[in-house]
Amino acid sequence: MNVQFVLFVALSAIAVVAASGMLLSSSAIYSALFLVINFLVVAIFYLLLGAPFIAMVQVTVYAGAIMVLFLFVIMILGAEKTRQPTHAQRWQQPLSLLLGLVLLVLAGYVIMTHGLGDLPRVLENPTSYGSPAAIGRVLFQSYLLPFELTSLLLLVAMVGAVVLTGVAERRRRRPRPSRRL
Amino acid sequence: MIPTTYYLALSAILFAIGVLGVLVRRNAIIIFMSIEMMLNAANLAFVAFAREFGSLDGQIIVFFVLTVAAAEVAVGLALIVAIFRSKASIDVDEVSQLRG
Repeated sequence: MNVQFVLFVALSAIAVVAASGMLLSSSAIYSALFLVINFLVVAIFYLLLGAPFIAMVQVTVYAGAIMVLFLFVIMILGAEKTRQPTHAQRWQQPLSLLLGLVLLVLAGYVIMTHGLGDLPRVLENPTSYGSPAAIGRVLFQSYLLPFELTSLLLLVAMVGAVVLTGVAERRRRRPRPSRRL
Repeated sequence: MIPTTYYLALSAILFAIGVLGVLVRRNAIIIFMSIEMMLNAANLAFVAFAREFGSLDGQIIVFFVLTVAAAEVAVGLALIVAIFRSKASIDVDEVSQLRG
């Protein structure tokens, strides 16, 4: 219990510091790297919570694919050099700080007072809990239709990304062939 | 075993930091990363609840959230690239063409 608690506190500290670093660092590259740390720490939390499959998916999809995509876009655009601009509304920043704090206090209040509801609990999960085999069984039995729909969603997203980045490209390049001819 | 309440508190803190990122920062890419972090905080709460109630459905939902997040990032970053091409900036305050 004690070792686990120390581990939890240390990991939460790392997660919160990495999240704050993402929020505060002026360079977008550093923000992305802080976010990778945050995702990796959350993956360790998933392992502690008995979700090894989700932890691995988190590492490959989030910390791997998505963050690499982010870093690619940042480097392509040169967006890490964008200055921290002057705010259009001066009152925006303090107000958002206040609202964020209010949200945090409210969430903490609800968690502390209402607890976790009165559904039946389990004290000890079976050893196969969260294993890829168990996840796969639930995924392909109870959630088969949503699972197939995600493939459609990914296809639509892929086509959308290609169209969104391709149209501007075509418009820019259209005059060039005539010049070449 | 760490109480689920602690995980929920951590999830709330991470979510609040994500909200702050969306509200405070003006760089569209950083705003996107903050949204990813909010999704991640929600995922942490899902997995914690899944363990508490001994059900795998929470983990399945996390799997779907991950898929949706991947699709959202692909489309969102394509939008950002398109906006950058037309305005040479990804500052969300400068995308104000529809303002009356």
